[in-house]
Amino acid sequence: MNGWSELDRFLRTDPRDVGCAQAMEMLHVYAELVAADAPAEARYPGIAAHLRACGPCGEDFEGLLAALRDDAH
Amino acid sequence: MVPADPEVGGTPPAARLDPESAEWLRVLGEAGPQREAALAQLYELLVRIARGEVARRGPRLRISGPELDDLACQAAADALLAITGKLGQFRAESRFTTWAYKFVIFEVSAKIGRHFWRHPSVPLDAEDWDRLPGHFGFDPAYQAEWGELFAALRRAVDAELTPRQREVFVAIVLNDVPLDTLVLSLASSRNAIYKMLFDARRKLRAALVANGYLHDESSRRS
Repeated sequence: MNGWSELDRFLRTDPRDVGCAQAMEMLHVYAELVAADAPAEARYPGIAAHLRACGPCGEDFEGLLAALRDDAH
Repeated sequence: MVPADPEVGGTPPAARLDPESAEWLRVLGEAGPQREAALAQLYELLVRIARGEVARRGPRLRISGPELDDLACQAAADALLAITGKLGQFRAESRFTTWAYKFVIFEVSAKIGRHFWRHPSVPLDAEDWDRLPGHFGFDPAYQAEWGELFAALRRAVDAELTPRQREVFVAIVLNDVPLDTLVLSLASSRNAIYKMLFDARRKLRAALVANGYLHDESSRRS
């Protein structure tokens, strides 16, 4: 990815983005759906949009998902 | 941003409560030795998750060794307090342990944010605009191509953003201050800081599109 597209990607905002509060509220539900290969993004498009754009919430999601996957093994 | 996904908020509590989660709720809701044993078991579980999480994030942090393990144990202890204080809010939309893990992951994030607040690598309000092109992966060899873009971006930051949006943009984008650190510094919330940055991004992109530096549909100026 070059600088132009990286800058453009950063500046683009998704109107479906629900923000941190809603994403954090439902993160356990969303992560469990993803861990189960269920269609989490289709069910919660606003949370999916938020997790793509918000570094801290995305990091929390990755951590929770890693914990669930670790539990499953 | 929109208020919520349509699905957010409405599962009947007992409808999907699995036996293991029900047992956690039962013993944690009691008094006496059974509850104490359950708290100890939950704490051990949270410590394991916290250690796993700090190990996962560790390579990107300037924290290591005993300090990192101490952070994990503190996160587990604080998460345990949060969980026991919010047991009544568990709505059985996931397994109990998944809900509990969420709290310890949040505590790890908050403690890492606090660490950077206490040990900042750069002043939160420094303004080194020369770092910005490299932040987005622009090649210095082609500065003639992107120099104008960043001059326009800087003008837009000064002209389009509110003072608070500008402060958040400078800290997070120019200075790489973690968002959770800025939350502490500004005595704000993650949601409020994110919203400010969200609005700043939207305004800046609109300004760059209006001035022909970015296209509305394509991702790169041709």
